[in-house]
Amino acid sequence: MAVKVSMKVNGKPVSAEVEARTLLVTFIREQLHLTGTHVGCDTAQCGACTVEMNGKAVKSCSMLAMQAEGADILTIEGVAKADGTLHPMQAAFKEHHGLQCGFCTPGMVISAIDFAKGHPGASEKEVREALEGNLCRCTGYHNIVKAIMAGSKAMAAAK
Amino acid sequence: MAASLIGARVERKEDYRFLTGGGQYTDDITLPGQTYAVFVRSPHARAKVKSIKKDKALKAPGVLAVYTGEDLAAAKVGGLPCGWLITGTDGQPMKEPPHPPLAQGEARYVGDHVAVVIAESQSAARDAAELVQVDYEPLPAVVNASKAVQKGAPVVHEAAPDNKCYTWALGDKAAVDAAFAKAAHVTKLDIVNNRLIPNAIEPRAANGSYSRADDSYTLYVANQNPHVERLLMTAFVLGLPEHKVRVVAPDVGGGFGSKIFLYAEDVVVTWASRQLGRPVKWTAERSESFVSDAHGRDHHTAAELAMDKDGKFLAMRVHTIANLGAYLSTFGSSVPTYLYGTLLAGQYTTPAIYVEVDGVFTNTAPVDALRGAGRPEATYVVERLVETAAREMKIDPAEIRRRNFIKTFPYQTPVALTYDTGDYEATLDAVMKMADVAGFPKRKEEAAKRGKLRGLGYTTYIEACGLAPSNVAGALGARAGLYEAGEVRVHPTGSVTVFTGSHSHGQGHETTFAQVVADKLGLPVENVDVVHGDTSKILFGMGTYGSRSAAVGGSAIVKALDKVIAKGKKIAAHLMEASEGDIEYDKGVFKVAGTDKQKMFGEVAFAAYVPHNYPLDKLEPGLNENAFYDPANFTYPAGSYVCEVEIDPDTGVTKIANFCAVDDFGKIINPMIVEGQVHGGLTHGIGQALTEGCRYDPETGQLLTGSFGDYCIPRADDVPSFQLDTRETPCTHNPLGVKGCGEAGAIGAPAAVMNAITDALGVKDLPMPATAETVWKAIRANRKAA
Repeated sequence: MAVKVSMKVNGKPVSAEVEARTLLVTFIREQLHLTGTHVGCDTAQCGACTVEMNGKAVKSCSMLAMQAEGADILTIEGVAKADGTLHPMQAAFKEHHGLQCGFCTPGMVISAIDFAKGHPGASEKEVREALEGNLCRCTGYHNIVKAIMAGSKAMAAAK
Repeated sequence: MAASLIGARVERKEDYRFLTGGGQYTDDITLPGQTYAVFVRSPHARAKVKSIKKDKALKAPGVLAVYTGEDLAAAKVGGLPCGWLITGTDGQPMKEPPHPPLAQGEARYVGDHVAVVIAESQSAARDAAELVQVDYEPLPAVVNASKAVQKGAPVVHEAAPDNKCYTWALGDKAAVDAAFAKAAHVTKLDIVNNRLIPNAIEPRAANGSYSRADDSYTLYVANQNPHVERLLMTAFVLGLPEHKVRVVAPDVGGGFGSKIFLYAEDVVVTWASRQLGRPVKWTAERSESFVSDAHGRDHHTAAELAMDKDGKFLAMRVHTIANLGAYLSTFGSSVPTYLYGTLLAGQYTTPAIYVEVDGVFTNTAPVDALRGAGRPEATYVVERLVETAAREMKIDPAEIRRRNFIKTFPYQTPVALTYDTGDYEATLDAVMKMADVAGFPKRKEEAAKRGKLRGLGYTTYIEACGLAPSNVAGALGARAGLYEAGEVRVHPTGSVTVFTGSHSHGQGHETTFAQVVADKLGLPVENVDVVHGDTSKILFGMGTYGSRSAAVGGSAIVKALDKVIAKGKKIAAHLMEASEGDIEYDKGVFKVAGTDKQKMFGEVAFAAYVPHNYPLDKLEPGLNENAFYDPANFTYPAGSYVCEVEIDPDTGVTKIANFCAVDDFGKIINPMIVEGQVHGGLTHGIGQALTEGCRYDPETGQLLTGSFGDYCIPRADDVPSFQLDTRETPCTHNPLGVKGCGEAGAIGAPAAVMNAITDALGVKDLPMPATAETVWKAIRANRKAA
């Protein structure tokens, strides 16, 4: 059964006819060709598919596109400024070598931004606990944790 | 002159695209006319495939084709080859049963490929895969290698009736037996090195396409060595001319060894793309990764160490049963032999070592290289033995290591390797200071007051990286060369594109290789770009595995750079009307010795491409050189780790209180990247020790740990922040003096963690992973015994 879905993605209104069972991540990747959002597990454990929906980080592999009807979605492609300047969290990941292969990175950055909004001065322990839903196999998390702590501070300072 | 770029913490060139969603991984590539493949996999560990009915699936909406092993056999598609021939103790070659891309009559593990469905969309293919009717006759299966070698065990392949692929040995058995006979003390351990599932976060993917226009193929694939993939696939499986096949490994989301190999899916999508005249894409779901990526480790080992009364090692005897899985994966045969037995000397002067390995087939996924590949298994044996010996002999574990350290180099081990350089005491001294080993008794006492058990464990590891040289490996059975290729293409305006046969899937070669080139040519790092992963662009390459990229790939680039500079000197001599012998070169400037005459690198490059004032009678225009580098020896990274754990006896939960690592990687190009590699490696090793363990049901052969819920790769709160440092003894035989750093952490960490846990609990051994349950049970058993 085909259904029509409409939402705003990275500030732009989009709509398309999709099979009712289409996942939000499939819609983003296959219909909108925004391939920065990744699929690492299909079971909501790895967090590579994390996007922001109405200001909250969600796992786009575990919801239907239909469930995002009318929502405001932010993917990794929409995080930097229009002129290409990195968001403070992206810049912190670069400065602290918080990424290696880059596959988990978009989900990490989106989760980190969501976390940082509510925790400007988070401790290492809090950051590690907050990363429960995002897996990385390359970095051992050491530099991701450093990046998120620095990025959170930079976001608070930029307010 | 700018500061040297070698040793500088240059931020990575690749990061911007990864941080903004601009990376391009295999599944991100959708070609015009794209179709999608879904594999039908065996739900049985061992079963006769009596019949396969395709009709229902073929009638399903959007389905284009269903292929089975019969179709591939009719098309004369060959089996997947193994890249290393092991010769057994009986002088016979290993048993090499056929490894068909789609099962021929029998499925041999849960997840074995039985058929493929290709459809207009992935969901259509997935739906139709459910409609393929396979009539299986389940047969008894065996998943445990120690059981597979027992009489009466189910037989995985007729070609190996005792399930043994080979029995291989290395070392002087008589000398070892003699040394054991006169030993003052013998330490014995039975060790299981737990089976691991690789789990790069990007699942494997492959997208094959065929162009009738020029009768050529392109395969995009998540792979660590596209040229090797192409060579194996064209020459051994599909029988295609190599020049008609392009293999591209674009951005790859982590490999850890699991993407070295030629897999069935890669072959099938390539072959099918020609049958359909349309591109065919397959992307693994995570559950498919769990059952079908080549697994790692899985050794059962009996190890003994003979010592004199002072704890001086006299000999080591090791027998290992290595699980190879149901089929020989690309390098599966070499991992528990030449990459394992040769490392058993560790950092020690043990004069006699004998190792015997049974490589055994079972009804499990094929086993092959995984981060460290054989070396973690060897290090675990050596370092658990040494720590246990120290406890039994009542010698401090650091002291027993010092008494046995190799101190003069080069050093010939009794297991075939020649270590070129090292300083094992330097790293041990440094790590003991960093970990405040002296303060440990106080911390243990303080923890005990809080009801916690605290333990400390060491590893002093050695590894052999940059597998080499080709002629020696060839004599030992390797069926491939072990060199690397590189090309330095200088553009007319002096910027540079570097082509490397190495492949980066997280290691940051686009930055480190650019640093090497920019440093030597005196250019800003922004003026150098690195291209990798495409057989149509790069002349050849062996790819990235075994921590070889900087040592072998980097050295090939340096060789090409030397040629560029040599030619540049000739051009500069002409431009400055000097003799070539008087030209000196220093970081981008050609000078006439003893004068103030000079030409910048860019001026020389321009003259090479706009040869108006140029020695055309003696020299070709252009400035583009390539080189192949075949290493003279392995490199030998080494280091010392100290792990301190605190265990809650009520819950069995182990917390890593502190982890310190001091490594000797030789020269370091980018310390930031090296630290990142160590963090990742340590976490992989800690995962093996604490959280990761692949389990198959012993009766049914079902994979019991087939999701991230059952198989726990470390999460952020499972690991600590690490303390790292390095010491430097440059490699003596490659031009960069580098040794490799990608696997060290995974090699050294498991023994350090387990040495710490057994120290805390006061037990001799504990199986990995030391989950809360395992530790809790050990504590209870200990209390009962007391």
